Amino acid sequence: MGVLEDFAGWVVHSLLGMQQKEKLAEALNFFIYDTIKVFLLLAAMVFLVAIVRTYVTPQRVRKWLGGRKEGVGNVLAALLGVPTPFCSCSAVPLFIGFVESGVPLGITFSFLIASPAINEVAIALLLGMFGWKITALYIGTGLAIAIAAGMIIGRLKLEGEVEEFVYKIRQKKLSEKPMSWKQRLEFGKTETRDIVLRVAPFLVLGIGIGALMHGYVPVGSLSELAGMGNPLAVPIAVLVGVPLYSNAAGVLPIVQVLIDKGMAMGTALAFMMSVTALSLPEMIILRKVLKPKLIAIFAGILALSFIVMGLIFNAVIG
Amino acid sequence: MNIKILGGGCASCRKLEENAKKACAELGIGAKFEKVQDYAKMMEFGISSTPALMVDGKVISEGRTPSVAEIKEMLVE
Repeated sequence: MGVLEDFAGWVVHSLLGMQQKEKLAEALNFFIYDTIKVFLLLAAMVFLVAIVRTYVTPQRVRKWLGGRKEGVGNVLAALLGVPTPFCSCSAVPLFIGFVESGVPLGITFSFLIASPAINEVAIALLLGMFGWKITALYIGTGLAIAIAAGMIIGRLKLEGEVEEFVYKIRQKKLSEKPMSWKQRLEFGKTETRDIVLRVAPFLVLGIGIGALMHGYVPVGSLSELAGMGNPLAVPIAVLVGVPLYSNAAGVLPIVQVLIDKGMAMGTALAFMMSVTALSLPEMIILRKVLKPKLIAIFAGILALSFIVMGLIFNAVIG
Repeated sequence: MNIKILGGGCASCRKLEENAKKACAELGIGAKFEKVQDYAKMMEFGISSTPALMVDGKVISEGRTPSVAEIKEMLVE
């Protein structure tokens, strides 16, 4: 990234003629460097995953997961959730399709948890803003939670808590046209453009806030309230995050501010995961196929795992 | 021509409907638009993710929001 640093320095100091020591120069330098870096990472990651996505269609995922055993099935489901796009509105058709193809309930939940929480946008942004260690930690625990929570839900034998009509649906099998390489690349290009444009405003906002803080605000103003010293910070962050609905791009600017102001990393990541993985609109939509008891168990297990994750992180990283 | 928009009524389904209407207008096709929001019905058509677009009973796109130009191309086919 040396070239980028040089470029940012050149714009600020030579092009705009700012002094090395000025606060504004420092903030601007940081902003230009970070924006370019994160955008490059994001575009590369989104393109790569879009190509993978042309192979991992919902139809195939269902076939791969149908009739799988606990354990292997949960791991596979969580991993397949990463490249699959997810919007809470498509949670219902996805769920019905899984049940119809004989995917066990617990394995379906592993997928439903991993898919929104871990995706290429979250990975690219975390990588660009916090480095590979935090990114690896986020992906690793996200997968672990999806696998474990899915296994617990599978063990609880909650099949009766799914609305009856789901089991009655018999789907017409559609044949998928295989894509040519030209079509795959075309798809990758369109996806990259669409996703980068959609994420751009959040990203610029997040990096902008981060840059301002970097230049001006003394770090640590939040540390007393939400730093390591306060064990209640994690549960409160998760309880605030669960009903909120946003994607990784929307929540990262906030996470950036919280961390910069002194929130402990584990608390911040637990907050981020609870915002992305679970939301009130999603629960309301899932109510169409799940009875309230199952939704409550699902939300409860997830909230609990995020809290445990946050506490462990704070203990380990701290 | 009968065009169905399948989806729960979220932002991407509305965008899909808008794009499909634009595509038809640009091609000068008079089509009847229909919204399908009932999940049981959607599943009967065989789709596995929303939003999906159906033309004369055939699913031509699912799980994403194709652009106006892309829908025009698919309609011509």
